[in-house]
Amino acid sequence: MNSFGVFLTLALFYLFSKLYQKKRAFYLNPVLLSILSIAIILRTFNISYQTYMESAQILSFLLGPAVVSLAIPLYKQREVIKTYSKEIVLGISFGGTLAILSAFYVAKLLGAEKIVLLSIAPKSITTAIAIGVSEKIGGIPALTAVLVILTGIMGNAIGVEVLNLARIKDKVARGLAMGVTSHGLGTARIILDDELAGAVSGLAMALNGIFTSIVLPYLINILK
Amino acid sequence: MYKGLAIIFGFLFLGEALVRMLGLPIPGNVVGMILLTLALVFNVVKLEDVEKEAELLVRNMSVMFIPPGVGIVLYWGLIKSQAMPIFVALIVSFFVTMVLTAKFVEFLRRGRG
Repeated sequence: MNSFGVFLTLALFYLFSKLYQKKRAFYLNPVLLSILSIAIILRTFNISYQTYMESAQILSFLLGPAVVSLAIPLYKQREVIKTYSKEIVLGISFGGTLAILSAFYVAKLLGAEKIVLLSIAPKSITTAIAIGVSEKIGGIPALTAVLVILTGIMGNAIGVEVLNLARIKDKVARGLAMGVTSHGLGTARIILDDELAGAVSGLAMALNGIFTSIVLPYLINILK
Repeated sequence: MYKGLAIIFGFLFLGEALVRMLGLPIPGNVVGMILLTLALVFNVVKLEDVEKEAELLVRNMSVMFIPPGVGIVLYWGLIKSQAMPIFVALIVSFFVTMVLTAKFVEFLRRGRG
């Protein structure tokens, strides 16, 4: 049974990635489809999550070094950071805080439980960092992971259209809003439109991950 | 290969150790990322020593989210009972954050002239 989880995860992710390459539809997101189909398989065959996780955790263990490795794209974009330092610092502080507060308060207003509020608060940052932040503040990392991916899918699917409807023309503004709101999946979409917007979006994603992981634990103490 | 991985895991370890010693509420891997960025900026670590290994990890990050994501099966009941607040919050927050952040940055840019 030891390699069952790794095999299942790799095989399904491979198949869904192939499908996504063929038909680039946002609803075919390979990570989300893999999560859903593994969940269904575990239920159908009555396998506990514990059993699956014991076998598959070698994959999630790699999230640690992968997050550290985000330093490399960040470092490579240092010229963009210098050029737009004011927009980046103020825009990320503003957007990062807004993403947390808007999700937290709307969910609270509609009567969500506290553990759900803690899980939804980091939903705008990149999944790898969000999982760690959720764990630190007492949320449910699994729920956070799924909400983060759904947020990314929205950005990938309609983010550019939303920015067009709001008549945002400035490329730095477009990229920054996309990266702060919809992290990697949003960045993957806007980079197709414009290189500068894509670079700013990728940076905003990485920096909002840092910003949120530092600010959120303290902010949550106030909100609670 | 081993040099790059040793540097990446070294910074991960350093980040985790710092978080534990100082009792910080931040994930250790984020602290490791910040420290590695600074090390690159101040030329303590050379880009070419870690670039290949780091990019391999970053490119393949997606598959690593799957096992923790599957943990959602443990919370099926909770999510079902709170589906409405969860999804409304997700959608409202998406639109509000996207539009207002873009307007805010556009305003800053205009101020610059």
